[in-house]
Amino acid sequence: MVRRLFQWLDERLGLTTIHDVVLDRKVPKVNWWFTLGSASLFLFLIQGITGVFLTVYYVPSPDHAYDSVQYIMNEVRFGWLIRGIHHWGATLMVLVVFIHMLRTFFYAAYKYPRELTWISGVVLLLATLGMGFTGYLLPWNQRAYWATTVGTQIPGTIPFIGPFITSVMRGGSELSALTLARFFSVHIWFLPAVIAATIGLHLYLVIRLGISHIPDEND
Amino acid sequence: MDNSPNLTRRQFVTVIGAAISTLIGAAVGLPAIGYLLSPALEKQEGESWILLGPLDNYPLNQPTLFTFTRTKKHGWEKTTTSYGVYVLRTSPTEVRVFSNVCTHLSCRVTWKEEVQEYICPCHDGHFAIDGSIISGPQPRSLDEYETKIEDGNLFIFLKEA
Ligand code: HEM
Ligand code: FES
Repeated sequence: MVRRLFQWLDERLGLTTIHDVVLDRKVPKVNWWFTLGSASLFLFLIQGITGVFLTVYYVPSPDHAYDSVQYIMNEVRFGWLIRGIHHWGATLMVLVVFIHMLRTFFYAAYKYPRELTWISGVVLLLATLGMGFTGYLLPWNQRAYWATTVGTQIPGTIPFIGPFITSVMRGGSELSALTLARFFSVHIWFLPAVIAATIGLHLYLVIRLGISHIPDEND
Repeated sequence: MDNSPNLTRRQFVTVIGAAISTLIGAAVGLPAIGYLLSPALEKQEGESWILLGPLDNYPLNQPTLFTFTRTKKHGWEKTTTSYGVYVLRTSPTEVRVFSNVCTHLSCRVTWKEEVQEYICPCHDGHFAIDGSIISGPQPRSLDEYETKIEDGNLFIFLKEA
């Protein structure tokens, strides 16, 4: 029965083909460093899921942001767990993505024909850092406030256009409700969309081109 | 390998993979359900005696509106709810207190002196002076509060759902 149902679906959806192409690829002899891309993907999904859950109670307004986070931590059942995973997952994701980049760098996996994999990877790294930066402001506590004050001031030192960049980031000359709202929007809509789309391209390339082997004395 | 009765390496990895995924799924998924339901699971009842002032302030046989507000914490915010009750003194020592919330769909009723009825503007519900139904879609009489009189002061017992 289950087998017949599966065959029916498979015939129409091509499940076996997807499985063979995506998961049953030929790979060279690899080591644990090669798992970090998948680990990055897993962390991105976890961040996405816990992030969606956080928006159930979080309010991106200066009047309520701090209190809503306190509420999540102290009163909502398992709020500490959901926020804890999102909080530590953020740091871990930056770390894992970065080490994944180091591994592809040291194994020279960015060379022909994988230049676009590398370039899409650069977009992913920058977007991941952007997630960390925009997410940091959201609890609206002292640390968040001053970190963002400093973080938005840094591009302000660029000659000529610096102050303009700062005020675009802040939505005005100083930090305000507008800053919090636009950071929230970028954090939950713009960057995740960019990351999801870029992961799609990145993985398409990985599957299409196959994984590079570990360089040896012949390379 | 393929003919061996034991698990192949591939099957072993599949089973372990599925088991670990299920574990992680459960470890995050089950708390997540509690997380979503959390506010609905909080006990929010509050019970208290509300002071409506000296009984002698209220005229005989004439429903008189008394309003008060109660503040409750909802998550990260305090919400103030207004209450309105009609106090009806039926004798120098007896009193009945009705909620002004229509028993149909919760609009507020008003006492109309001219017709001696409580009238709900929403779907034209009419109630008599004692709260009973005269006409309209409402299923039951106006809700009544438990009362007590201490040192000439009138109190009602309020249960917040
Ligand atoms: C959200 C972040 C990222 C995700 C989800 C991700 C995912 C993956 C996955 C699943 C693979 C398969 C091979 C492996 O796991 O090692 C891979 C390969 C690769 N990644 Fe990433 N990656 C990310 C960020 C980056 C970054 C920041 C770079 C470099 C700037 C990069 C460059 C590459 C390259 C060049 C390969 C091909 C490796 C090879 O063919 O041997 N990736 N990525
Ligand atoms: S709510 Fe009062 S009559 Fe419908």
